[in-house]
Formats: sequence, structure tokens, C-alpha cells
Amino acid sequence: MFSLESITNAVQDWLNANFSPMWALIIQCAIVILLAMGLFATLGLVLVLMERKVAAHMQIRLGPNRVGPKGMFQTAADTLKLIMKEGLTPEGADKLLFNLAPFVVMIVSMLLLAPLAFSNGFQLWDLNIGVLFISAVSSVSVIGILMAGWASNNKYSLLGAMRSGAQIVSYELSAGLSIISIVVLAGSLQISDIINSQQDGWWIFKGHIPAIISFVIFIIAVTAETNRAPFDLAEAESELTAGFHTEYSGMKFALFFLAEYINIFIACAIGATLFLGGWMPLHIGHWQAFNHVMDYIPGVVWFFGKTFFLIFVIMWFRWTFPRLRIDQLLNLEWKYLLPISLFNLLLVTLIAIMGWHF
Amino acid sequence: MTNEDIKQYISGIVPDTVYDETGEWLNANIPPQSWKQLAQALRNSPFSFDYLFCLTCVDWKTHLTMVYHLSSTANRQLTVVVKAKLDRNNPEIDTVSDIWRTAEFHEREVFEMFGVQFKGHPDLRKLILPDDFEGYPMRKDFEDPVNMIRL
Amino acid sequence: MYSETQILKEASAGDIDGGELVINVGPQHPATHGVLHLVITLQGETIKKIEPHLGYIHRSIEKMCESLSYRQFIYVTSRMDYLSAHINNHACALCVEKGLQVEVPPRAKVIRVLMDELTRIASHELWLGAMAMDLGAFTPFFYAFREREAINEIMEETCGARLTMNYMVPGGVMFDLHPNFQKKVKAFITQFKKKVVEFDDLVTNNIIFQNRMKGIGVLSKEDAISYGCTGPVARASGVHCDIRKIYPYEIYDQLEFDEITESAGDSFARYMVRVREMHQSAKIIEQLIDNIPEGDYQAKTKAVLKLPKGEFYSRVETARGELGVYIVSEGGTTPYRIKFRSPGFSNLSALDHIARGGKIGDLMATMGTLDLVIPDIDR
Repeated sequence: MFSLESITNAVQDWLNANFSPMWALIIQCAIVILLAMGLFATLGLVLVLMERKVAAHMQIRLGPNRVGPKGMFQTAADTLKLIMKEGLTPEGADKLLFNLAPFVVMIVSMLLLAPLAFSNGFQLWDLNIGVLFISAVSSVSVIGILMAGWASNNKYSLLGAMRSGAQIVSYELSAGLSIISIVVLAGSLQISDIINSQQDGWWIFKGHIPAIISFVIFIIAVTAETNRAPFDLAEAESELTAGFHTEYSGMKFALFFLAEYINIFIACAIGATLFLGGWMPLHIGHWQAFNHVMDYIPGVVWFFGKTFFLIFVIMWFRWTFPRLRIDQLLNLEWKYLLPISLFNLLLVTLIAIMGWHF
Repeated sequence: MTNEDIKQYISGIVPDTVYDETGEWLNANIPPQSWKQLAQALRNSPFSFDYLFCLTCVDWKTHLTMVYHLSSTANRQLTVVVKAKLDRNNPEIDTVSDIWRTAEFHEREVFEMFGVQFKGHPDLRKLILPDDFEGYPMRKDFEDPVNMIRL
Repeated sequence: MYSETQILKEASAGDIDGGELVINVGPQHPATHGVLHLVITLQGETIKKIEPHLGYIHRSIEKMCESLSYRQFIYVTSRMDYLSAHINNHACALCVEKGLQVEVPPRAKVIRVLMDELTRIASHELWLGAMAMDLGAFTPFFYAFREREAINEIMEETCGARLTMNYMVPGGVMFDLHPNFQKKVKAFITQFKKKVVEFDDLVTNNIIFQNRMKGIGVLSKEDAISYGCTGPVARASGVHCDIRKIYPYEIYDQLEFDEITESAGDSFARYMVRVREMHQSAKIIEQLIDNIPEGDYQAKTKAVLKLPKGEFYSRVETARGELGVYIVSEGGTTPYRIKFRSPGFSNLSALDHIARGGKIGDLMATMGTLDLVIPDIDR
């Protein structure tokens, strides 16, 4: 199977041969930081452009098409504009928290990159509690949003932040439970183990109907967790103007904006990893020949293909559905999704114990 | 139910009403003191004038006239126009916002535009103009050298 | 209206007393579709009180008209309810004709009705898109504007303008129809009938949309009458108030169409009334488009119009409700006093009553279905 492991190993061997272990580690860190930043910037540009293009095609219009070939540099131009803008801090705002909040949100989404496996052997940190790490860290982002809303000294921001808090805390439960159902099936919290357990088929196919239910709940929950329409109550444009980031401008706003898209990417990447096999090509049971053909497509392509498919689905939601009301949103979680996912977890456990999955 | 019936009914409540039938509808000119009583009666009368579709004021330079257009949703052909002559220096009339809710906003508009005081109005504040606006812009003698363009 | 300092004081976050929060929605806010200013008292997310502050686009059109002649003042009225500019002009033209005792030629009558109904469809299309956007769905907006664009093009050809047409004059219409008019309108109606079902799929049958609309902002029949609500707002509460039916003007009494009423009085009923009204308007256009009589498009009138001494009142059904024009004439060339009974003003007055106790998200659904056009309210 095509693997990036050889490249990473070669780099490591070369560093260890030429530098002391201490310096090798530092240089490795620098490379990782550079790669992470590069990924961040590229993802931001690509996802924003993708959102605009997807929206445009759903809304019978063309979308950005002036800057660069087919409008490809539109987001770059927008970023430039945002960097040039003045970052205002409103009077009466809590300056420290106000300026800190976008970075908290940003750091959280950066941390979440750590356990993601982009390809075979291309993973920053394959820690043994990868899934737990993701659930734990992703819930920290709500603190950033609450900070932003509270420190802005604006009632719209405050309302938006409170909505966001209630929403993220609630939907964390469903997202967590649907992740656990895969953990139960795979028998491990380690991302690489979970991916390897899908060698003979992705969990969404192997896990019968309960896995599909988990998948659907997971997609709904992460849409809510990333504050995307139809669950974008925290920024509900027509109600709260822009919700928690009403008062932000310039690069500070851009950080929130970027963090939103990175969060979507990460949520979809996790979904792709857990349910659709991550970088694992489409394998069907013991069809050796078929599996072998599939292996010719590199893992990176599989991983990004699946992730971007899920991102497309989430964008599709956004441009199709109207927004829910706050009480309907919480009803959906506490009255429907949570009981269903609890019951579903029991089913999955039963399947796992009895070994009914493929 | 014809105009004659309405005239008879109104005269029963406000005896000194002057009628004018030259226009499209029956016009009843009443003294402003008896307006509230008449409004109450018209609303609950067999004609059931439940729809106040227009409320306005006309500045005649010597006096103001409140004009109320009443109709009934049960019988759309019944329409009566009630007019009350007000003193231009101290225009005062009873509010009818408790009888027809639509009057609440319309009376606020007339209050700021013509300066008519509506007695018993629950919230008689300026609705359209800024709070510190002086004068009554819809009166004929209103002059604003800055914002008004003479044609 | 509040003075500036007061607004600033209310907008600061320092006055959260007893759990109550006062927020200013507007004058610049995405949901008010214009410069409407609502001061909302909230308890958490629940609305305790709504206080509209108007006047941000007040131009005192009534006062302006007092110094304009009877031919000129009609042009100003296009700027009141700019989404049904034709119908505003129509109401004024009717009122002047009533005073002048002019008989409008049959061709002009048919053209007027056609234009009115096209305007009504365009206005409802815009409302549909804007309201869906209030509820957070962006896509219907573009679909609605696609249809509206076709109407705007038809208007542009015949009237020379897309928004403020100024096409109706006392005695008829200003120009004859463009030669392409019939062809284009027919093409539009075919297209409209095919595409309008898209909204059913995208909006009407959407479960989230229905949950947001049903049982929200209920206006009872009695309240609708008492608040002077007209148009789709009142018809959704079961009030028969279509001026085209109860006081037919032009040739509406010879046309076959239904007055749409619903009984629920909630936001969804108001939505359904407007959607079904678009079909009725299309039906009217279909009846007339092949039967435009030949002849004059304008009656002979004097160059300078003088209305006899007296009072004249005319009303028409705009896309938002009953528009009344009340002219007091002293026999001169200009009106002595003119009053526009605008439908939006009365409909807005019911907002506080129907939105109280709802969530802040419900307010957007309620306000959206009241279909407020701010210049129509402020005048």
C-alpha cells in the first residue's frame, strides 16, 4: 500500500543522524508547526471558496469569478482586506478577554489537528486516547465563544454567546455518544487502531443499522457544535445581527471565521475517520482483488475525499434549511437525539459483544 | 339599514349633530365633547361600526377638524364619517384607542403632526418625529426654513 | 421616537434589572428590511414588550402633496410602498378621477389591472424571499428574485422604470403597452406556474419552516379588525377584507378570482394566504392578457386639473392591504389636505400584541409575515 511513512521516517533518520536528539526534536517541532500553519491557511482559503461556490450553485448564481481564474483568489483578496482593516475594540469592553477570545477559539481548533491521521503513517500524535482527546478539547471552544460574547459589552453578543453555550454543551452529548458507539465496535480509543479495524470495510457498512444511526446523529450534532445552519443560532443573522462576533472586526473577526471553517473540517475529518475509515481505501471483506485495486489510490486522497464529501453535505444543509428556534433546538437534542443515541449505544454494545458485526 | 337609520341613531345620542350628505358618504359633524359617547355607542350599535379605517385631522386655519371614517366588517356598505371641530389653540378630544385599537397609533401621529391632545390616551408620545421636535408640521402655518422646499 | 442619548443608554449592557434586557432592533438590523426601530424588552429570550419607533424615513409625503398639483403628486406616492408603486399610483389616480368625474377608457382599465396584478406577484415574490431569509434560509431569496426579475423586465419595457414606475395618470395610463408586452407576460406566466412549485418543496413543506411558523404570532379575527389590519394579514385571520371583492374598482367585478382567507391567524396562515394569492393574481392575468380591448389608453383631460370643492376617498388593495387616499379639495389645483391610510401602519400597530410572549426568533417570523415596508409606514 502506498504510504507516506517512508518519507516521515527518512526525515527522522536524517535528522537523528545529523543533529543531537534535542535539536532533532526541535526541528521536527518546527516542521510540524509549519505544516499545521500551512494546512490552516490553505484550508481556510479553500473552504471559504468552496462554501461560496457551493452556495452559488445552489442559488442559481455564479459566485466569485473575477479575482484569478474562476475567482480562485477571491478568498485571498478577502483575507488581505481583513488584515488591512482596523481591529476595533468597543468602548466598555473587557479588553483582555475580548482580544483573547479569538485566539482561544483558534488554539482549540489547532489542538484538534494533533490526533488526526491524514494518511498511512502521517499523523502528528497517535496518542492512545485520541478520541477522548478530541471530545475533551473540542468542548473548550465554547469558552472562547462565551468570552467573546461576554467581553463585547453588547447585548446581541451576550445573547448569542448564551445560546451558543447552551447549544454546544447539549450537542456535545450526542456527538460523544455516537463516537462512543464506534469506540465500542473498534475496541480502542486510539485513532490508528480505529482506522486499522476498518481494514475489511468501513464501520458505517460493518456496523449494521446502529452505525448508520450513529453516523446521522453525529452529523447533526457536529453541525450544531460548529454553529452551522440550520443550527447557527449563535450568530443568527436576522435575529442577533451576528451573535457573539458582532463587535469583532478585521483580523480578529477573520480568526473566528477561520476557526469556524477549521472546526467544520475537523468535525468532518473525525466523522470520516470513525465512520468512513479515514485514509483506509474502500475495502470489501475478503475481495482481495478489489481491495488491491483500491489500494492504488493513495490514503491522502481517500481521507480528503471523504472529508470534503462530508463538508459538502454540511454546506448543503446550510443552504437548504431555515434556522431552528432556540427551544426547538434544545428539544431536538434532549427529547429526541439523546434518547435515541443512548438506546443506539445499547444496541451497538449488544452487537459488539455478540460479534454480530462483519 | 340606510343613512337615514344611522342619522336617526346618531341624533338619538348627540342631538345637535349637523349632517352633510353631499359627498360619497354620510358626514356627521358633532361637538368634540360627545365624541367618546358616540364612538362607544356606534361600536356597540346594531350597525356595529367595528372598523375605523381612517383617522386624520384637517387644519382649516381657523380651526382643526378631526375626521373619523367608520365602517362595519359585517356590512361593508355601511360607512359613516364623523367630524369634530376643535379649537385650534387648545385642541382636545377624547381618545378612542380603547374602542378601536388602531386609533392608538393614528392618534399618536395626529398628536405630533397637528398637536391634538387625546385625553385618556395610554401612551401619547411622539411616534414619527424626534422627541425634541418643536411645532406641528402638518399645520398650515408651519414653517421650516431649512427642510421645507417651497414650490 | 427616543432621543439619541436615551438609545445609547438603553443599548449599553449595564441595565440588566430583574432579568429584563432592553435591546434595540434596528434602525439598522438585517431583519427589519429598512430603517424600522423596535425597542424590545426581553426576559431571557422571551419578548415582554415591543415598542416601534418610526420616522427614520419620514418625508412627510402628505405635506409635500399639498404643494403639488393633481398630476404631480402621484409621482411622489410611488415612493411610499415602493414594492407596489403601481397600486399606489392607481389609488391616487382613482381618487382624482372620482373628483373629476372622468370615465377611464376600457383599454386603460385592463392595463391598470394587469399592471396591478403583476406588481402584486412581484411584491409577494420579494416578500417570500425576504421572509425565508429572516428564518435563516438564504436560498429561496434567489429563487424568488429570479421570478421578480422577469416582472421587472416587463415593467421596464412598458413603463421605463423597474421600481417606481409612475405609469398611471389621471384618466388612464401614461403610454400604450410595449408591443412585446403580451408575449412576455404569457411567457412569464408559464414560467411562473412551473417554478412556483419549487417554493413548496423548498419552503412550504419544510418541517423546520412549518415548526417555526405554525401557532406563532396568532392574531384573532376581532383583534385584526380592531387593529385595522388589512390585506393578507387580516385575511389570514378570517376577515373578508379584499377591496377588490368588497368595493370592486376598475373591472375587478367582471373577473373570476377567489378571495383567499385562512382561519388560523398565525404566521403560517399569513404565509399561505400570500402564496395562494400569487396564484389568483396569475389567474387574473391569464384572463386578461388575451382580451386587452383596443382603443385609447388615456381619457381626454384638461392640462391643468382642478378638483371641485369637497372630499374624495378612494381605496385599492395593495400587496399589503387597503390603501386609502383621502383628498380634501378647496377647488384649487393642489389638494388642500391629503391623507394616505397606509396598510403597513395599521399592520405594524398589531405587532406588539401578537409578538408578546414569543421568543426572539418568533419575532422575526411574525414581523416577516406582516410584510412591513418601512416607507409605507413612515410616508
